[in-house]
Amino acid sequence: MTSQSERRRNRPALSLHVPEPNARPGDTPDFSAIPIPPAGSALRPDVAAPAEETWPLCTTLVRVLDDEAKAVGPWDPRLDPETLRRMLRDMVVVRVFDDRMYRAQRQGKTSFYMKSTGEEAVAVAAAYALDGEDMCFPTYRQQGLLVARGYPLVEMMCQIYSNRGDKLKGRQLPIMYSDRARGFFSISGNLATQYPQAVGWAMASAIKGDSRIAAGWIGDGATAEGDFHSAVTFAGVYHAPVVLNVVNNQWAISSFAGIAGAELTTFAARAIGYGIAGLRVDGNDALAVHAATQWAADRARANLGPTLIELFTYRVEGHSTSDDPTAYRPKDSGAAWPLGDPIQRLKAHLIGLGEWDETRHQALEEEVAAEVRQAQKEAEAKGTLGNGHFDDVETMFEDVFADLPWHLAEQQRAAVAEAKARGR
Amino acid sequence: MSVMNMIEALNSAHDVMLARDENVVAFGEDAGYFGGVFRVTAGLQKKYGKTRVFDSPIAEGGIVGTAIGMALYGLRPVAEIQFADYIFPAFDQIFSEAGRIRYRTAGEWSVPLVIRTPYGGGIFGGQTHSQSPEAFFAHMPGIKTVVPSNPYDAKGLLIAAIEDPDPVLFFEPKRIYNGPFDGYYDRPVKPWSKDPRAEVPEDYYTVPLGKAAIARAGEAVTVLAWGTMVHVALATAEAEAIDAEVIDLRTLVPLDIEAVEQSVKKTGRCVIIHEATRTAGFGAELAALVQERCFYHLEAPIVRVTGYDTPYPHSMEWDYFPGPARLGPALKAVLKD
Repeated sequence: MTSQSERRRNRPALSLHVPEPNARPGDTPDFSAIPIPPAGSALRPDVAAPAEETWPLCTTLVRVLDDEAKAVGPWDPRLDPETLRRMLRDMVVVRVFDDRMYRAQRQGKTSFYMKSTGEEAVAVAAAYALDGEDMCFPTYRQQGLLVARGYPLVEMMCQIYSNRGDKLKGRQLPIMYSDRARGFFSISGNLATQYPQAVGWAMASAIKGDSRIAAGWIGDGATAEGDFHSAVTFAGVYHAPVVLNVVNNQWAISSFAGIAGAELTTFAARAIGYGIAGLRVDGNDALAVHAATQWAADRARANLGPTLIELFTYRVEGHSTSDDPTAYRPKDSGAAWPLGDPIQRLKAHLIGLGEWDETRHQALEEEVAAEVRQAQKEAEAKGTLGNGHFDDVETMFEDVFADLPWHLAEQQRAAVAEAKARGR
Repeated sequence: MSVMNMIEALNSAHDVMLARDENVVAFGEDAGYFGGVFRVTAGLQKKYGKTRVFDSPIAEGGIVGTAIGMALYGLRPVAEIQFADYIFPAFDQIFSEAGRIRYRTAGEWSVPLVIRTPYGGGIFGGQTHSQSPEAFFAHMPGIKTVVPSNPYDAKGLLIAAIEDPDPVLFFEPKRIYNGPFDGYYDRPVKPWSKDPRAEVPEDYYTVPLGKAAIARAGEAVTVLAWGTMVHVALATAEAEAIDAEVIDLRTLVPLDIEAVEQSVKKTGRCVIIHEATRTAGFGAELAALVQERCFYHLEAPIVRVTGYDTPYPHSMEWDYFPGPARLGPALKAVLKD
């Protein structure tokens, strides 16, 4: 008889695996290990196909635009040139807007900003594939949804500046937009909470026999949250009419996607375990994003339940204005991303079709720059965070409840008196 | 009028509202076909169909998260959390989401949601079927917290909660589902059928949120209580022959501060009783409010009678439970000064 401790002595020592990206500051970015299947190679199952027919698509990439920016294969959404030009324009608006607002933050006009550089197609192309009345539950890098749905840039900026024009009354961190009229649900800083909410909204639409569907977005990092699991479970169980997007931009602040499980399998492959349809899509290919979203939306509308879509993309800039990515990844990693830039790829496609050229593109960029500048002027006329921001102290107590209960009324009186005493 | 126990009264509230408002849906773990482990939703799936009353996966965060989504759509979901002890996975959805959506969207969106959950001890449920977590929710901006203590109030308050435009945490004292248990655990259990508060109208009526009830009028001392503790307070006053005024708060947030103030100013003495752990319990808030508002009327220090700051024990349930043996001496001590 050997004792427990003797038996243990003969076993190898356990070791903990902590995932590590293959390049850190000072290294050359290396994306060679990422398999990139040729555009057009992914099969396109019928919208009504059993979920398992999509599962091979969870470990490849749905790509439409090839290296010459030609649309190839069964996923080509065959959009008319006018739609393509509008999508391109909206993506350019998002990029120019991001640059202006990033600079505004650096100039001290607001506290915080988040760019979506490199991820413009993820939001803009999805908005074009959904109906305007479908309900979006975004996370914080889908400003493209608002732009594509025609939300005024001035409104977005007033929110960013928390100024007198901010319809959210200065209560939310910049970029935490909300717009009910355009089906864009209020963004939460507590990640993943929007996912079960999107599923619940979709369930309600099905309960009422409505025809509108919901779409949710989550980042690669936040898929680790319990809310992701419960959302996909509920969506699968009740065949909820919802499109569940995972924006895999490879980074969750400083943690690479491996910390969320990306070394083990793809995010799209989560669909297999839940028994629902799944697609893995080149997120820098606007046509592929459109086609996949359309496929999933048609499926949801046919009462065939949810689809989990992984949008494989790259966060070119820092997480936010509070982040310095050179502290944890190579400096020029965005430029090295093997799937290119979504705006450049769509532009090249339109040029290849003979529907666009460099002169028109330059004119578009100038026009958009002027439009964004003009919006900024209008927004700043209503104040910025450091100057003339939203500061009506009474309103701090409104909208906690529909009515103002006595304890909040009492605190409101005290706060107003305190502000007055401070010389406000 | 019918004689109903609390379960039947709560079932009737669901029935009335499911019939009255087609946007009302009810769901939770075992809440559909089976009708809930305490039978509160029994028979409702059969009557209203399984897209209006249904079973959910075991995921409290998912239950509340999807219920919020339904409320955003325009439904009025009534979500059941099987035991209040299980509510913590839903904490983020309640605290960071349901309670703030009206505020963070400046009224663009709101969450008319009821989360019902049985709470409290006295059933030998051990650590995970006995707790009273109401103070956590009373601490949250944008959340209303309601606790009925009898069948009539249970139905009227639940209907008011379903009609309320904001999220309501509805705590059901499970020890008194079947009868007004007063803490005398060694005596035979009284059924609700012998109690006038079990006379419940079959149709629609409401008991307004934010209004306390005087469960017993008195002059000597004010006892602030809710849920099962209302009955403990009534029985203790009787047993000790103390002319206590027992205020059944019914809603913790928004609190009926006028009822509290009026009573304490009249009696000059205040005892607060709750089942929950003592430190940072809702009794602490009440004690602070009473001394802020009634200090010059007080003739004795405010006393709290509570559960202990331990996890809820199984075998020593009656040593833990704040019954007449703990409240009686507290009342006498307050009256001595």
